[in-house]
Amino acid sequence: MASLELTDVRKVYGSAVEAVKGVNISINDGALCVLVGPSGCGKSTLLRMIAGLESITDGTVKIDSTVVNNLGPAERDIAMVFQNYALYPHMKVYDNMAYGLRNRGMPKDEIDKRVRDAAQILELTQLLERRPKELSGGQRQRVAMGRAIVRSPKVFLFDEPLSNLDAKLRGQMRVEIKNLQRQLGVTSVYVTHDQLEAMTLADILVVMNGGVVEQIGAPLDIYEKPASTFVASFIGAPPMNLVPVTADGSGLILKDGTHIGAQGLAVPTSGAVIGFRPEDLEVSAGTDTHIGGLELDLKVLGVEPVGAESYVYGIIGGERVVVRVAGRSTSQTEDHLRVIIPKEKLHLFNEAGKRI
Amino acid sequence: MIQNNPIGRIIAHIILIVGILIVAFPIYYTFVASTQTLQDIIRPPLSLLPGGHFWENYSSALFGGISKIGGVGVDRLLLNTLVMALGIAIGKIIISILSAYAIVFFRFPGRMFFFWFIFITLMLPVEVRILPTYKIMVDLGLIDTYTGLILPLMASATATLLFRQFFMTIPGELVEAARVDGAGPLRFFKDIVLPLSKTNIAALFVILFIYGWTQYLWPLLMTNRNDMATIVIGLRKMIDFTDATTQWHLVMVTCILAILPPILVVVLMQRWFVRGLVETEK
Repeated sequence: MASLELTDVRKVYGSAVEAVKGVNISINDGALCVLVGPSGCGKSTLLRMIAGLESITDGTVKIDSTVVNNLGPAERDIAMVFQNYALYPHMKVYDNMAYGLRNRGMPKDEIDKRVRDAAQILELTQLLERRPKELSGGQRQRVAMGRAIVRSPKVFLFDEPLSNLDAKLRGQMRVEIKNLQRQLGVTSVYVTHDQLEAMTLADILVVMNGGVVEQIGAPLDIYEKPASTFVASFIGAPPMNLVPVTADGSGLILKDGTHIGAQGLAVPTSGAVIGFRPEDLEVSAGTDTHIGGLELDLKVLGVEPVGAESYVYGIIGGERVVVRVAGRSTSQTEDHLRVIIPKEKLHLFNEAGKRI
Repeated sequence: MIQNNPIGRIIAHIILIVGILIVAFPIYYTFVASTQTLQDIIRPPLSLLPGGHFWENYSSALFGGISKIGGVGVDRLLLNTLVMALGIAIGKIIISILSAYAIVFFRFPGRMFFFWFIFITLMLPVEVRILPTYKIMVDLGLIDTYTGLILPLMASATATLLFRQFFMTIPGELVEAARVDGAGPLRFFKDIVLPLSKTNIAALFVILFIYGWTQYLWPLLMTNRNDMATIVIGLRKMIDFTDATTQWHLVMVTCILAILPPILVVVLMQRWFVRGLVETEK
């Protein structure tokens, strides 16, 4: 049980490559913090710096208000679950879980009790005498978690632990990890590139891009108020539609030259990006007008029915967009639809991609 | 290609059996000769069936001492060769596994330099560096000692490379997991690297043991005393081409005794040996 605090953490490889450019995150005791971002955004590097597997170029990492910058991984009292599980192939499940405890010189009966308790929680009791080779992916994943649990560390670190599992198992394990983390109440940092995983697991969501933190907050806050176009397009599936506009005296101009009414939107003359979630569009049936919304023309490129809903892909003002429609859509390719975006569902970003 | 054609299988078996006969017949013939008296051997034709002097010949060779090599028994030669072969095999494995461990898992200045330095020694076989090595051994007074027989043959670039290749297949995450689990370099070596290398070590041991057992040139230079000779050297000394005093029956016995230990090692370690060659356990 501990809080975790990162202050201005930077990582520079060699002399020039800056992988992490000054990150500040503060995680309360017992919270699950998810670092999410595209490949190469520095999230794994950051996690490895917390773990002590990677040196910290600048800044401080504090666990429970103790600076751990110069401590080795074993001294930081953390436990890590790796992407490929990293189980010791020649050891039985029992020994895999007990290894870290033995290295700490814990008495034998205490080790035995802890391993059996962890095995109980993770339903591994039947498998203790097996070797990792004889286990399925999900079971290996559990052993890797067991190895973390038995240590009762101050902080759990997860490095994309579910990315090697198939979709169904991933969903299952996601719920299990969440429940387990709640149950044990251990402060955790979880790295993933899967935004769905990030949304469902996180107490605090950290969206990273290019070595910097784009936004920190509760998952739904981030979903509803993305701080930048990057966050807007990264969180949510399908992602938020982004349509660049410019403004003149009379209204807004889309990329292909279409004029639309400004509806009171304060678009800077230098231009802006309008964002809207696929589910926030209303397809207008007739000629009825909607007060306080943007009316746009959508040319349908294709329809993807996925059962409970359909995704209509199309073009608005020269920009590709996607609309989520409940049930089945009757739209055909080449159809033109009138869509309305209610004003309160609009997101406006400036030219640099920052939220206005 | 696997065929279930019975004729094809019969032909394949015939070819295999003929092959085995061709390879095994000289060994069998040696064994036959080792059970005959000297007179029977030098008066052809030699019988194709073993004679009745098995115990007599073997015990006199093993424990009686052989006059041609100064009364030293084959038991002494076997012991010398065993010490040398084991020393070379075990020494080579220890040195090469440790150097490969250092090269793969540690970052230190000159790492690549040392790696290439070891690699380059591959280009210098024993025969090329034999004179300087001999001089060093003489200066150190190591002629006619086990140390002198073993030490110069112990460094092995091949084994180091082999272990290096294997170590590089150990996933980085495993190393990191061990670090998080609080295993220092020595403990990681003992608990993780060594057990994972078991099959490789076994395969190497077989190869190196036979390499050490069959050494000829180096023991020839290093040993002057008959009681320090290896079995291959002893064999050579027993055969005299200038007069007819060669005790062929004892030579044959020594031949058979010389090939027994390598065969034993291969047979006993076959399971491990094959696994080490074909399987990379991860």
